[in-house]
Amino acid sequence: MQFQRFQGSDRYIVSPELRDAVNVAVALEKPLLVRGEPGTGKTVLAEAIAESLVMELISWNIKSTSKAQDGLYLYDTVQRLNDARFGDRDITDVRQYIKYGPLGRSFLSEQRLVLLIDEIDKADMEFPNDLLHELDRMSFRVEETSDYFAAKHRPVVIITSNAEKELPDAFLRRCVFHYIEFPDKELMTDIVKVHHPDIEEELLRQVLVRFYWLRDLPDLRKRPSTSELIDWIAALRRGGIEPQTIEMELPFLGVLLKRESDINLAGSAQRRTRVN
Amino acid sequence: MFTGFLFHLRSFGLKVSMMEWLALMRALSEGFSRSNLTVFYHLSRALLVKKEADFDTFDRAFATYFRDVSEVFEVTEEVLTWLQNPELPRDLTDEERKALKELGFEDLLTTFKKRLEEQDGRHDKGNKWVGTAGTSPFGHGGKHPEGIRVGGAGGNRTAVQIAESRRFRNLRNDRILDTRQIGVALRRLRKLEKDEGPEELDLDKTIDHAARNAGEIDLIFAPPKKNRIKLLLLIDVGGSMDPHTQLCERLFSAAHRASHFKKFESRFFHNCIYEKVYTDISRWKGEPTKDMLRRVDDTWTVVLVGDAWMSPYELTYSGGALDYYHENPDTGLEWLKRLRRRCPKSVWLNPEPKRIWNAPTIRLIRQVFPMFPLTVDGLSDAVDVLRGAKPNKAVADPLPDETRSFGT
Repeated sequence: MQFQRFQGSDRYIVSPELRDAVNVAVALEKPLLVRGEPGTGKTVLAEAIAESLVMELISWNIKSTSKAQDGLYLYDTVQRLNDARFGDRDITDVRQYIKYGPLGRSFLSEQRLVLLIDEIDKADMEFPNDLLHELDRMSFRVEETSDYFAAKHRPVVIITSNAEKELPDAFLRRCVFHYIEFPDKELMTDIVKVHHPDIEEELLRQVLVRFYWLRDLPDLRKRPSTSELIDWIAALRRGGIEPQTIEMELPFLGVLLKRESDINLAGSAQRRTRVN
Repeated sequence: MFTGFLFHLRSFGLKVSMMEWLALMRALSEGFSRSNLTVFYHLSRALLVKKEADFDTFDRAFATYFRDVSEVFEVTEEVLTWLQNPELPRDLTDEERKALKELGFEDLLTTFKKRLEEQDGRHDKGNKWVGTAGTSPFGHGGKHPEGIRVGGAGGNRTAVQIAESRRFRNLRNDRILDTRQIGVALRRLRKLEKDEGPEELDLDKTIDHAARNAGEIDLIFAPPKKNRIKLLLLIDVGGSMDPHTQLCERLFSAAHRASHFKKFESRFFHNCIYEKVYTDISRWKGEPTKDMLRRVDDTWTVVLVGDAWMSPYELTYSGGALDYYHENPDTGLEWLKRLRRRCPKSVWLNPEPKRIWNAPTIRLIRQVFPMFPLTVDGLSDAVDVLRGAKPNKAVADPLPDETRSFGT
């Protein structure tokens, strides 16, 4: 048994819990479901795992119209008809018109690889249930050619969700689950320094105070995320805003908050604190 | 002995299935806990709890169960010993024994043990036995058997401290209903209009057929798959409904997002319906109720959401409306009856717990509309009534005592 294989990478700092969750999922050959607020590095995790385990990464970005079947394969009948009309190719070989999707390709691979199913909650409510069989058995049949494929190596499956929709219980039972917590100030300091290596200490300190103050406002509809914080710092620095100013007011608030009601809320909370 | 922990978790309301439990056993027997309670805490949480909203419940369960256990303990050893000779805890009640038997728990353990022996310590790509574990979850488990604690006392208790700090408290939502559950329930309302209306050209199928058929165009027609459901959602807002705002928002957004209604309308009211209903929550814009009633008919499905909690005169007196701008020469109750006569396919969902349903105004309204709690089961029952699967009758018998003693 090879555990503790995944260790994170230079650019991806991983908590011990997450590392354990990844390694358990790899060892038990169960999909790892990662949830967390947007901007907590869910998608990047798959890249870091692939890099650390030296495996290829296949990404399947789910959209609202995604179907489980699309992940396995598509039979391009229209292309075949076109070829038949213009005699471009030998159309008796149906196999060349079977286009494998990300899931299909990950099963067919000669090497074990990492399959990222990104933002599964974007799809229809029943989508995760349609995937159950394929994820359990790791095999599928191409109806048009009667070809049967079983994965030679069960891929390491990483599934991310933004918790937009609840996922069905039957699906959840099969996963290893990890919830990425929002970084605390300490970790956030490290993250910011990766993006702004030469930031003034005083500015960073002041910015983080304000950022977490904002996030803790009750009734905020959408709390600002890490990437928005990075952008905000960039805006502040470019605008030459002094750390003291941030103490008194909130310049470039639109970078952090995207809803009018949230901006109003922050504004009135700001006025209250100034009076006190 | 770990079965005690399973029962303990289930007694806290965590729905840990056998499949998940066995996955944990497997991870432990492969040495993943590294004999460390903190690692065990994260490991068991990752394998047994799949929603961050349940993390806090898990923390509470974990803290009470492992309070007396030292940080370093031989999990692997324990699990392996237990698996060598998987006996059930001695102090299970008869009820629990029966529940386990129905699950085929003993068979499961035997299979599990066999697999373990086959695997002679090294666990290669064995995946066959994960499947055999079966998906059957426990039935409603009884009480948790007296704590079977894993030896040792005192010491460093970091894992328990983590659990006791209950960091995930604010992720709890004690949801009665989440959007998905509402979505699933509403979806059951869907009735496809299979045999009505002219057939429509199915473009995707036509193209597919033509391509498969060497370009021979073959027009495919299919009955239109349109939904007949016309849903009118009437929501009580303000005042005593404020604590339920989130729940109502969730119902509203699920209904709004559901694309399978032929028509969907929503109106707001305060406490009871009078001569005007509103299109906005602040009740500024609205339309006369009789216009709304004229527009809808018995093909409409009407769902009212409200606590039905008000002063009796608001319901039974002419001019009893709380808001001064309502003159309501007709009583609120009369308006409700009119709505019910116009749209017999109607139900009332009440977010208040059933134990207060004997309150005067709630009883009066229960005589007009079938009332259901705004919970998973309640919504499901309500949908059954609307589909005609259960009798659509408004009854206001006093609720029996046992119902009263329950919360929601």
